[in-house]
Amino acid sequence: MSKSEANQFLQIKGLGKWFGQFCALWDINLEVNSGERVVVCGPSGSGKSTMIRCINLLETFEAGEILINGDLVVNDPKKILAVRRKVGMVFQNFNLFPHITVLQNLMLGPIRNLNFSKSEATERAMKYLEKVRIPEQARKYPSQLSGGQQQRVAIARALCMDPEMMLFDEPTSALDPEMISGILDIMVELAEGGMTMIVVTHEMGFAKQVADTMVFMDHGEIVEVAPPEQFFTNPKSNRSELFLSQILSH
Amino acid sequence: MPENRPPPILKKAKRVTWLDIFVISVVAAVITATYYRVEHVLVYQWNWGLIFEYFIRIDEVTGDILPNLFLKGVAMTLRLAFWGTVIAAVIGIVMGLCRVSNSLFLKAGSRLYVELIRNIPPVVFIFVFYFFISSQIIPLLGLDNIAYTASPTTIAVLETLFGPIGLFTNFLAGLICLAVFEGAYITEIVRAGIQSIGKGQWEAARAVGLSRFFVLRDVVLPQALKTILPPLAGQFIILVKDSSIVSLISVQELTFLTQDVSNTTTHFFEAWMLTAALYFMMCFPLAILFQRFERTGMGIQKH
Repeated sequence: MSKSEANQFLQIKGLGKWFGQFCALWDINLEVNSGERVVVCGPSGSGKSTMIRCINLLETFEAGEILINGDLVVNDPKKILAVRRKVGMVFQNFNLFPHITVLQNLMLGPIRNLNFSKSEATERAMKYLEKVRIPEQARKYPSQLSGGQQQRVAIARALCMDPEMMLFDEPTSALDPEMISGILDIMVELAEGGMTMIVVTHEMGFAKQVADTMVFMDHGEIVEVAPPEQFFTNPKSNRSELFLSQILSH
Repeated sequence: MPENRPPPILKKAKRVTWLDIFVISVVAAVITATYYRVEHVLVYQWNWGLIFEYFIRIDEVTGDILPNLFLKGVAMTLRLAFWGTVIAAVIGIVMGLCRVSNSLFLKAGSRLYVELIRNIPPVVFIFVFYFFISSQIIPLLGLDNIAYTASPTTIAVLETLFGPIGLFTNFLAGLICLAVFEGAYITEIVRAGIQSIGKGQWEAARAVGLSRFFVLRDVVLPQALKTILPPLAGQFIILVKDSSIVSLISVQELTFLTQDVSNTTTHFFEAWMLTAALYFMMCFPLAILFQRFERTGMGIQKH
């Protein structure tokens, strides 16, 4: 896959991360174009989540650099708020703010980071609640919603910043099985709308449907980067083959 | 069908057991023995009437009913407790935020404050700190002669807020000691409250672009408040009781004035029992009140 410099949204170069003596990420190199959908998979503990958490600096890192739109992210406290404006994130455990309503959850970022007025923020929040199809839940508190609804709110909350890229950290892993497809539908819609996405997930059906690029990680390294048709039918490395055989066996 | 599912008949647990009866008998025996000793061995002349004269007195000229030492003490204690709580809460919140700050200086400074106070007996602290306040801080603030130098309006305001102006520096010294002392405990309550909020909340708030200040203000502190309020209320009750230690530096609150009364009248039992009852009457309603607040969530939405 050829990538023109101009179209590149994200560049990760030689990223390395240690937790004390434990090396969590080693020499990660990845480039993501605007509009590209990347699905990251791999065994647990392989560093998938850590890698995407480095992109909006929820984790600091010790080696390498991450560039967004050519801006240097690496531990630059002046740029970090701008980076987080461009990069939205959805967590495995939703992490909604339990003490305020759904609507207020969505309004917080636009009001505090984008200097929106209350009415502008409300308008935008309602727009994205419609998009995730739960506008009627706006006045409720997160604990009054089901897991699937909470994750919808979390997606809408990230979208309210009008990000250029979305990071999904195992967004369906904490959901009851019957809730998963609704969330995946929303993500497919987002992908079809041209959103740049990096998704850490074990949902291989979703990966086959939307991914432009599959990334397979193991032991803190990127083992394989390939388009899905090649990755699923003819993986290059033994480790990805083994992983796929385990995850697709039923 | 639900109507065909009657509950099983369970044997009710006994309300009073033999152990309860035994414990009650022992307590009754101890009370009887104490009463016997006081009445027949100690031969103590009870004189409650004399003590109550120190509670309220009737002006011989005008016939007005005026508060006497006990009531004045209660007023001073309540003022100390109220303003002490306000100042200690401010100290506690500021220091608590320092405890979780990223700056090494703020962290070390607040830690030093907390550890110093928690590891020195309150009485020793009060003596050391009082010397510092009375000889340095109060002259520095120019408050040592306030009763003579301030304008009548200022004095009127101060008297409404802090009681008789003649006792103002005395009150202030006790107040500062108490607030600095209790502030250390509130600092720890605030710190624990902030740290009880999960990492996920910080991350989610940072991920939508909130600065550290707004993460604390909009996300962490409002949630921490719910955790903090019950122990904070408990600390307030402790503060009411702890205010008695400033009697050691001659602050004229309830304990100090009770010493006066018991020395003057030599009716120690009555004086101190009355004071015990007065402290109880101040603290117990507070405990009940806070318990109720805790149940209703202090007016904060529980979710």
